[in-house]
Amino acid sequence: MVEGKNQWKAWIYLLPCLILLLIFTVWPIFNTVRVAFLDGYNGMKAVGGTEFSFGIKNFSDVVMYKEFGTCLLNTILLCVITVPVSTLLALLIAVCLNSIKPLNRLLQTIYFLPYVTNTIAIGMVFAAMFNIVGTMGTQNPIITTAGIINNIIGIFGVEPINFINTGSSYAANMAVMIIYIVWNALPFKILILLGGLQSVNKQYYDAAKIDGTSRSRTFWRITVPLLSPMIAYVVITGFIGGFKEYSSIIGIFGEKLGPASEPGRLNTMVGYIYSSLSLGNEGRASAAAIILFGIIMAVTLVQLYVQKKRVHY
Amino acid sequence: MAIDTMKERNMSDIKKSQRVVKTIVTILVYTFLILVAISVLFPFYWMLNSSLKSLEEYKLTVPTFIPRSFQFTNYVDAFETANLGTLFINTLFVGLVSTALSLVITVLAAFAFARLEFKGKNVLFAGLLATMMIPGELFTITNYQTVTHFGWLNSFTVLIIPMLVSVFYIYLLRQNFLQIPNELYLAAKVDGTSDLKYLWKVMIPLALPTLISITILKMMGSWNAYIWPRLVANDGTHSLITNGLRNSFTDTSGDVNYPVQMAAVALVSLPLFLVFIFLRKYIMKGVSRSGIKG
Repeated sequence: MVEGKNQWKAWIYLLPCLILLLIFTVWPIFNTVRVAFLDGYNGMKAVGGTEFSFGIKNFSDVVMYKEFGTCLLNTILLCVITVPVSTLLALLIAVCLNSIKPLNRLLQTIYFLPYVTNTIAIGMVFAAMFNIVGTMGTQNPIITTAGIINNIIGIFGVEPINFINTGSSYAANMAVMIIYIVWNALPFKILILLGGLQSVNKQYYDAAKIDGTSRSRTFWRITVPLLSPMIAYVVITGFIGGFKEYSSIIGIFGEKLGPASEPGRLNTMVGYIYSSLSLGNEGRASAAAIILFGIIMAVTLVQLYVQKKRVHY
Repeated sequence: MAIDTMKERNMSDIKKSQRVVKTIVTILVYTFLILVAISVLFPFYWMLNSSLKSLEEYKLTVPTFIPRSFQFTNYVDAFETANLGTLFINTLFVGLVSTALSLVITVLAAFAFARLEFKGKNVLFAGLLATMMIPGELFTITNYQTVTHFGWLNSFTVLIIPMLVSVFYIYLLRQNFLQIPNELYLAAKVDGTSDLKYLWKVMIPLALPTLISITILKMMGSWNAYIWPRLVANDGTHSLITNGLRNSFTDTSGDVNYPVQMAAVALVSLPLFLVFIFLRKYIMKGVSRSGIKG
């Protein structure tokens, strides 16, 4: 553009940003990889002068560790269920919302509300809604509430379910997590998909109407292909976010990450990384973080590959 | 003649049945959308409803949908139990300082990438974007060691400095800066305006909506931060709001005073709703380009 001589000026503008990035972004990339390959690396011991040998023991430790399997399973289950469910639901909502005029703006605002909430705070509300206060299933006559959700499903004649309290089943715990995560994930997806729908050329629909194309055919043959870039976008970001699920579980179950009787039952990959880290086991935490990065990369690459084949621009 | 009238009648029949189908579809669509709206709003309603009940009323087997008597004292209790006053001030301080510093850094960097010429610009920018793919946990592990080494644990510094640079914000603002015609910059150069003055007088006012979006997202980020503060500032005096909230009500069994807990949650959620009501446009605009919560 203008001057080539004053290059140093640009570097001055970039200086604060680059210094911080070097310390808190670039160095961590190298260091975390280094630490991951130092067997049993522990920050405290490292300061004390202990030398750690190079190897892949951290990775094998992580993979062999029983708790890690639970974390991986939870993470994958939550991802595989919540991403398709929330995407389909968001698509349905967006299409419906796009077809109406009255109440459109109001509903759009309402649907966006969960986004501007504190994941942990509203998680506590969900916990209260699913909670059973007092004793259930025993003969103890203490006055209790089975929780509003149990009251609601009770109307349909369903027996109260122990969702998150002591002695609850894994399936019930997961159901609560899925409902909460979907509730949380909808706003962003609706926003993106609705934005996509609004930019679709109306002529395609007029043409379909003239040809007498049925509604479902119009949806699958016109709407979905035209929206496919946005669908791909929300699915990819959904999976990336899903693999990092953690605070929503703290919101509902607290730091125990599970019902009181089974702490850690709902732990995830990210939870595993942090628990290793707070135990001073940086080597294992780093190895787990790199494994997480590898999984996210692999899933994203697969999706980009599928996108190339299936997405229409 | 007769055939024509028959055709007409057929046509009007078809039109009528089409109209019926259309009405049914519209009713179904609205029913569905309103049901979704109710399920979205229900937790908020239940939070407010529960927060105003007495503990006895909360525990009733058949719940009340409007509190029998409004227990506003729950809010006072919540404020005291969770020590919300200190937490609010801490969070506000961290949020404001980090937003202000972050804006300065972002504006300068975005300007350099959008308007200035230097060797390796594109490579550097691509490198920055590449770091966005790496999950934050990978950085956190080393950053935890780094801040421990710096002796920053349990301070406000540790809550502010490591999170100042966001590559995403730089990217967002650079895109916005690039849309401003280069002719303006050249004209300013001819007039002898300095880069900094041009940035301040022309670029920043024109990119104001993006800057507002960044400000809101950054403030919301501080308000919702949980993991990093728990790791590096858990001594109680530097706690942020979310940590304080979760820690004050950790016990999910036993004698938790749920109405007070719900009142605390409502107090923490309130500022977010106010921001949303007044700045909805900027939030939605920023969010639609990020996909990042907070």
